[in-house]
Amino acid sequence: MMKFRRSMLFVPGANTAMVCNAFVYKPDTVMFDLEDSVALSEKDSARLMVYHALQHFTYKDIETAVRVNPLDSVFGHLDLQAVIRGGADIIRLPKTDTVDDVLDMQSAIEKIEKEIGRTKKTKLLAAIESAEGVVNAVQIARCSDRLMGIALGAEDYVRDLRTQRTKEGTELTAARAQILLAARAAKIQAFDSVFPDVRDKEGFIREVEHVRGLGFDGKSLVNPNQISILHDIYAPSEKEIDWAYEVVEAAAHAEKNGLGVVSLDGKMVDAPIIARAEFTLELAIASGLIGEEDE
Amino acid sequence: MINSAHAGTLESSDVYIQINPIEEDIVEIELHSSVAELYDDMIEELIRDTLKEMGVTGINVHVQDKGALDFVIKARLQAAVFRACGTVPSWEEQS
Repeated sequence: MMKFRRSMLFVPGANTAMVCNAFVYKPDTVMFDLEDSVALSEKDSARLMVYHALQHFTYKDIETAVRVNPLDSVFGHLDLQAVIRGGADIIRLPKTDTVDDVLDMQSAIEKIEKEIGRTKKTKLLAAIESAEGVVNAVQIARCSDRLMGIALGAEDYVRDLRTQRTKEGTELTAARAQILLAARAAKIQAFDSVFPDVRDKEGFIREVEHVRGLGFDGKSLVNPNQISILHDIYAPSEKEIDWAYEVVEAAAHAEKNGLGVVSLDGKMVDAPIIARAEFTLELAIASGLIGEEDE
Repeated sequence: MINSAHAGTLESSDVYIQINPIEEDIVEIELHSSVAELYDDMIEELIRDTLKEMGVTGINVHVQDKGALDFVIKARLQAAVFRACGTVPSWEEQS
């Protein structure tokens, strides 16, 4: 079963209460941040906090990612040393402009993994936050087998475009399309940017419905209250689940009886439709709507 | 240790730790906790163990606990010690 990452909750590494409690909200991935949300004077302390949190039993059953500082900053390598040793599942690269940014990070991670004898490969998530990154998204998405996804970082991106974010998100149209296509071509996941106005629930809902419709696997979040709203929007409807059951059952019946063509209600059911039905059932399980034994 | 230093905050779930060098080769701990005294011994033991791991003595540790988990106390204490020494963790040595 694929790993669903609908909700990737940013947790500022310097915010102790959030670091201690984020797991309670059950995001698909907890994404500790050592970069923009942490003041320069607190980088050292936040790094130690995240290092220990990663090893705490409360984070054993939840996927953890860490957004580290860029490797060309004075903090980047120190962050990496701490969080790879702490056991982070994913490293989120900030400001990924080129393939070399990914390969440099991969090389630094490999060195640390070798030093500590870690056999489980740390995954990479490249955040694309500039026009250059968007233009290079296809090459970036394909450059490393450690990449599990690419993500849009909209705040820096719009600054680079010399525009600003709007509720409509028109300014993100090209970047979203490019990042989604690049991810799909490379068969990795695609994640939308944060919706920063936590008081605007209606705006958040509109944006999640929009990016879900585009095909994004999920979204970075800044507030735990956004998690359940997002999960509800991503959850398949009862009608979709019923349809998926019927397709999967029809396909199984056809296979059992050696039938080459599957038909349901007079319509031909081919491989892409079966795959979509299976995806719907997996998503229904991840959404808690059906049990694994029901699939 | 060469300087005084502090780490942490007085916010809920956090701990504020101030450390000062002292002349005697001992560890002095002053603990003020907002949670039950039940945990005082555990917190003190954690602080002594952490300082022992780091090879630090000749230190006064002032702790204001706001209900911090054990890993938070350890992280804040380590941060204060590294700040006092003007160094960063030598991760390679911990491999």
